[in-house]
Amino acid sequence: MQALEIFPEKCTGCRQCELACSWVHTGLFQPSRSVIRVHVFDEQASFAPYACFQCDEAWCMQACPVNAIDVDEATGAKIVLDDVCVGCKLCVIACPFGTIFFDKQADRATKCDLCAGDPACAHACPTGAIAVADVDPGAWVGPFGEKVDGAYRSAMEGGES
Amino acid sequence: MSIEGGWTGCVLRVNLTRGEVRREALDPRLARDYVGGRGIGARLLWDEVDPEIDPLSPENLLVFATGPLTGTNASCGARYMVVTKGPLTGCITTSNSGGRWGPELKFAGYDLLALEGRSPEPVYLWILDDRVELRPAADLWGKGVFETEDEIRRETGVVDCSIASIGPAGENGVLYAAIVNDKFRAAGRSGVGAVMGSKNLKAIAVRGTGGVRVADPAALMAAQWAQKEVLSKAPLTSEGLPAYGTLALMNVINEHGALPTRNYKEAQFEGAESISGEELAQTRLASNKACFACTIACGRVSNISNEGVGRYTLKTSPRNWHHATEGPEYENAWSLGADCGVDDLDAILKSNLLCNDLGMDPISLGATIAASMELYEAGVLSEEQTGMPLPFGSGEALVAMTEATGFRRGFGDEIAQGSKRLGEKLGHPEVFMGVKGQEFPAYDPRALQGMGLGYATSNRGACHLRAYTVSAEVVGEPEPMDPRATEGKAQLTVDMQNISTAVDATGLCIFLTFGNTLSDLTPLVAAATGIAYTDDDLIRAGERIWNLELLWNLRAGIEPSEDKLPKRMLDDAIPAGPAAGEVNRLSEMLPEYYRLRGWSEDGRPGVEKLEDLGIG
Repeated sequence: MQALEIFPEKCTGCRQCELACSWVHTGLFQPSRSVIRVHVFDEQASFAPYACFQCDEAWCMQACPVNAIDVDEATGAKIVLDDVCVGCKLCVIACPFGTIFFDKQADRATKCDLCAGDPACAHACPTGAIAVADVDPGAWVGPFGEKVDGAYRSAMEGGES
Repeated sequence: MSIEGGWTGCVLRVNLTRGEVRREALDPRLARDYVGGRGIGARLLWDEVDPEIDPLSPENLLVFATGPLTGTNASCGARYMVVTKGPLTGCITTSNSGGRWGPELKFAGYDLLALEGRSPEPVYLWILDDRVELRPAADLWGKGVFETEDEIRRETGVVDCSIASIGPAGENGVLYAAIVNDKFRAAGRSGVGAVMGSKNLKAIAVRGTGGVRVADPAALMAAQWAQKEVLSKAPLTSEGLPAYGTLALMNVINEHGALPTRNYKEAQFEGAESISGEELAQTRLASNKACFACTIACGRVSNISNEGVGRYTLKTSPRNWHHATEGPEYENAWSLGADCGVDDLDAILKSNLLCNDLGMDPISLGATIAASMELYEAGVLSEEQTGMPLPFGSGEALVAMTEATGFRRGFGDEIAQGSKRLGEKLGHPEVFMGVKGQEFPAYDPRALQGMGLGYATSNRGACHLRAYTVSAEVVGEPEPMDPRATEGKAQLTVDMQNISTAVDATGLCIFLTFGNTLSDLTPLVAAATGIAYTDDDLIRAGERIWNLELLWNLRAGIEPSEDKLPKRMLDDAIPAGPAAGEVNRLSEMLPEYYRLRGWSEDGRPGVEKLEDLGIG
């Protein structure tokens, strides 16, 4: 099963991935409709793009009342079937990672479909911070989260003003 | 003709006096001829603003202009240009910034934002796509840039918005106050922040959820891959700038004996190594950081050194527990460092951070502090006047004066006027190192002859970005040229001015010319707009814009006799180092420059030239 593998330490926060994602999905440079989003932890000089982990449990899929979320057999990506989706947003509420979105313009849910195994974001990334691989999709999140959270905790405890 | 892509086709106009918002269509012919950014902005000023007005009066127009490539995936398409009459110089000023603000304005649906009049009360402008409103900013007035941004995000609830604001320096009319966006990116020079302050406008917060359309998608994709390929191979854009930022230049320029030191009295700084990009990378660098869509990422995110903790606190928000700030860039590290004789990188980081928070141009600030230090050491200024000892090399004085200037407290009130006015007031005009009221940046024009011509002829006062002859004279791009020679420098300056102006008009960052040539960029502009621009068309657009700016300046009363350098650059030879004995030989270059420009011998464009360029 494939997913995006993210190397946050390589990210510079340039958002080329957002531009590429919106470009292939909408034909416009429109980061607001990108389904990969760069999170900027400015004060720690950390940036991380993140998109759907393509998780096994796929709560979005389970929550969908009209079975509009399907699995791409080639890649294992969970994909939204545009002609089935009714735009009810239950999937958006269900996703614990915040990586499925409601696209106001299309009036449909939207999420990373791995571009059929050849993701535009990975191509566009100038520093190699995004790859597509057969990986444990959330593997990078743990250490990154610990770093961000750890720094926050130590600061709160240290009381640096 | 109609607009096919690149531009949004919409100009947002706000009358602050009346609190009115209106939208105008962008004239496609004007867009074609002036491209965008700096060009269309200059044309607006030409059409609408009497050049003789007081820059801090309501009659001044404050334009924020993006280009056709702003917001696209072309590398470095992050830029916007602030165009207005600058209070430091009296010239038309064009002050450029990156970050994310320009693209957000574009995504909100606007190529340009033009603000006129003066709000009766402090306000900020809130733009969320079609929704445009002026909101009270009395609570924000007096606050620094960092807190202003945090407050506006809280108030609007839109954390993804990008904010351009002024700090106390802009409110207080510091003549080189900056407009700062995304906390650390600035339209820095010539006092654009003071213009914004004079309009009672604290900030402009933008969130755009729309998209940028391009005319020829396939051609654009091909052109941007080719452009990025070049950037990923060129040594400066693939290695030098990502690793060391612009601060990579500190040691290089010092080794060439072209690093102005202690208000241009010397041209090598003994402390250069300790304020260099290499030193920053080893001891203080947390990460590099890119502006929107930039594949170079020259931005620095830095921490204070372990030794600096306790002496200086770098606090950018209540949650900033890591002392992380951004910068310094080469110019700032030079002005706050070498020019003031300061080799304490922590003090420079602190002063640089204050410049971001208070909203000031560190080049003019550092240079004015340096001029004050010279006068202090010469005994012209007493400790009684300055409030503290002000010798060259004092990081403490640097930081204290930075803060005092932003708030115009004590002697900071004098520094706030810039070094030209300061020198004149104290009877020592010779300490002003600059042109047309604006202080020099970080390259000694005695060691690099071309920079002297570039400074003297720049339309916005001394500036390194209008013709970066350093590229040929030091780096050897596109062709190596002897920095001590004057031959060929007039042609080099004209070419670089035209090309830089064109790049400024596209919405791209001038730094990509460290890798890309104009030929890499023209296809991007053509594909985005659907107009079959050639390299020559863009160079001609650059020339057109340059001439228009100059004409505006002439009407503002800035005579060609102002195309000059301070006496120190012309008569006082560099005392030591590789360029020892050199002065700038401007008179060998200027007549040729005017001739190559097609102007009269006394530096004025004639009717024929203007007709040729289509300037009515």
